[in-house]
Amino acid sequence: MKTSITSESLSCGAPAQAAQAALAELPVRAGASLKPDHFQYILNHLPDIGFFEIHAENYLVDGGPFHHYLTRIRERYALSIHGVGLSIGGESPLDLQHLDRLADLIDRYAPAVFSEHLAWSGHAGFFLNDLLPLPYHRATLQRVCDHVDQVQNRLKRRLLLENPATYVEFSSSNITETDFIIEILQRTGCGLLLDINNVYVSSTNHIRDPRAYIDALPPGTVGQIHLAGFSQEQDGAGAPLLIDSHDAPVAAAVWDLYDYALCRFGPVPTLIERDGNIPPFEVLQAEVRLADERLNSDALRGRRS
Amino acid sequence: MSEQDDFVTALLDPEAPLPRDLATWNGSDPATRFAVYRNNVTVSLIDALADTYPVTQTLVGERFFRAMARLFVQKTLPQSPVMSRYGAAFPAFIADFEPAGSVPYLADMARLEQLRTQACHCADAAPLSTARLTQLLSDTQTLPQQRVALHPSAQLIRSDYAVVSLWAAHQDLAELHRVNPCTPEQALIVRPGLDVEVIPIDPAMYRFLEQLLGAASLGRALEDTCLTHPDFDLVAALGLLIQRGLIVDLPLETTT
Repeated sequence: MKTSITSESLSCGAPAQAAQAALAELPVRAGASLKPDHFQYILNHLPDIGFFEIHAENYLVDGGPFHHYLTRIRERYALSIHGVGLSIGGESPLDLQHLDRLADLIDRYAPAVFSEHLAWSGHAGFFLNDLLPLPYHRATLQRVCDHVDQVQNRLKRRLLLENPATYVEFSSSNITETDFIIEILQRTGCGLLLDINNVYVSSTNHIRDPRAYIDALPPGTVGQIHLAGFSQEQDGAGAPLLIDSHDAPVAAAVWDLYDYALCRFGPVPTLIERDGNIPPFEVLQAEVRLADERLNSDALRGRRS
Repeated sequence: MSEQDDFVTALLDPEAPLPRDLATWNGSDPATRFAVYRNNVTVSLIDALADTYPVTQTLVGERFFRAMARLFVQKTLPQSPVMSRYGAAFPAFIADFEPAGSVPYLADMARLEQLRTQACHCADAAPLSTARLTQLLSDTQTLPQQRVALHPSAQLIRSDYAVVSLWAAHQDLAELHRVNPCTPEQALIVRPGLDVEVIPIDPAMYRFLEQLLGAASLGRALEDTCLTHPDFDLVAALGLLIQRGLIVDLPLETTT
């Protein structure tokens, strides 16, 4: 059972690019995860970086060094805020207190983008600190759309929803992940945060074609891209099982898939996401430059064609 | 039971059956794949505790700490996605954790580290200006009725053990071999600027600050402290608070 997409929305024409421009409030450059280890370096050196991204939940505190440094960095850089705790795919109702605190954080720092995940992380009043998978069928689609509507209404802004990295599938799923996402975008008006590493990880884990995944997504819907590193294990039958670990440099196969996505979607603000084994800032910045080079070369290609 | 009830039960209990709905493309046992989620949940929460309690971990070693933290995590899931709040009950858990009994100051060390994390993320407040302080403190008529509002991050810790010196030794601020663990100690934990400070204090200062944090007037705090510590030096105590920028207001005591 597949939802249908009109052929117009799939063509790579001018309307798609206009929609893309309207979405991309961040500079169309590459940015980096903002880590406390790098606060002082960034303020001392003011590196040439497109934007910084924070995890919202780390900054839902009353005061102290996190707000001190973020305030000063925000004065000089564009910002995106990435939530990991709303549990949009959860059966439980959204945590309204958490949503209020997010609204305050967004008011305070006026980020260009606020994003969250197509996943769940809380249940029955508890927070599980991981992004958990959900089956894709009509009932879960309705639940996710209701939650996205609720978030967008409360925050009075468009949400970007991130495609997940998953390790299991569900026998009750009867909609593909891309069709599921496309219908969320259509019904709620939210945008897509396309995590290229997640596409690669999930495609490997579930033996799908990652390029077909990119091809299935309509241009004009991708507001931001994430790139990150993965680690590799094996499943019960010895097949590769990739883990979305964010603790390593971006893999060559993910860079290739990024190039492929840029060809389809045009240049999109891109984050080098790093949450573990945090290297010195210069190392992270070198990866950001690699993404910038690809973004620029793609922009040139786009102009020539 | 809902689908996510089943999922959560299986996440937290390795003995529980896997959610029935799981599927794998190659028909492999979903247990291996599901174990990634089990591992992510538990390990990320243990990591969060290790971040908050580094000296506690050093005192018992990483293996013991992580095994103890795992038991805590299984009993105590976060109730908020704000991870800096997670683990406030960990010191109490350690106090009741019998295998840790051979390190009798472990729970107090955890309490000290927990207070440091709280102070780090606490609300900010600017100290009263020197001019205003001088003006208020020189009015000897109203001074005894004045309350001393300390920085909102200010908290006290008291232990039957030398946790303050032990903590300092683990920051390379003191020599470990000079610390006698069986010496009772007190400290004021506060973050007047960006850095959390652990300030060793004597029992008289502890008593005095306890009164101030309980909103007693300066007069009553002094009286109470002198009952048990007749040699208490008020000028030195206020000097410390002023020098460290810890007095944020001197409101008049409201009559109750």
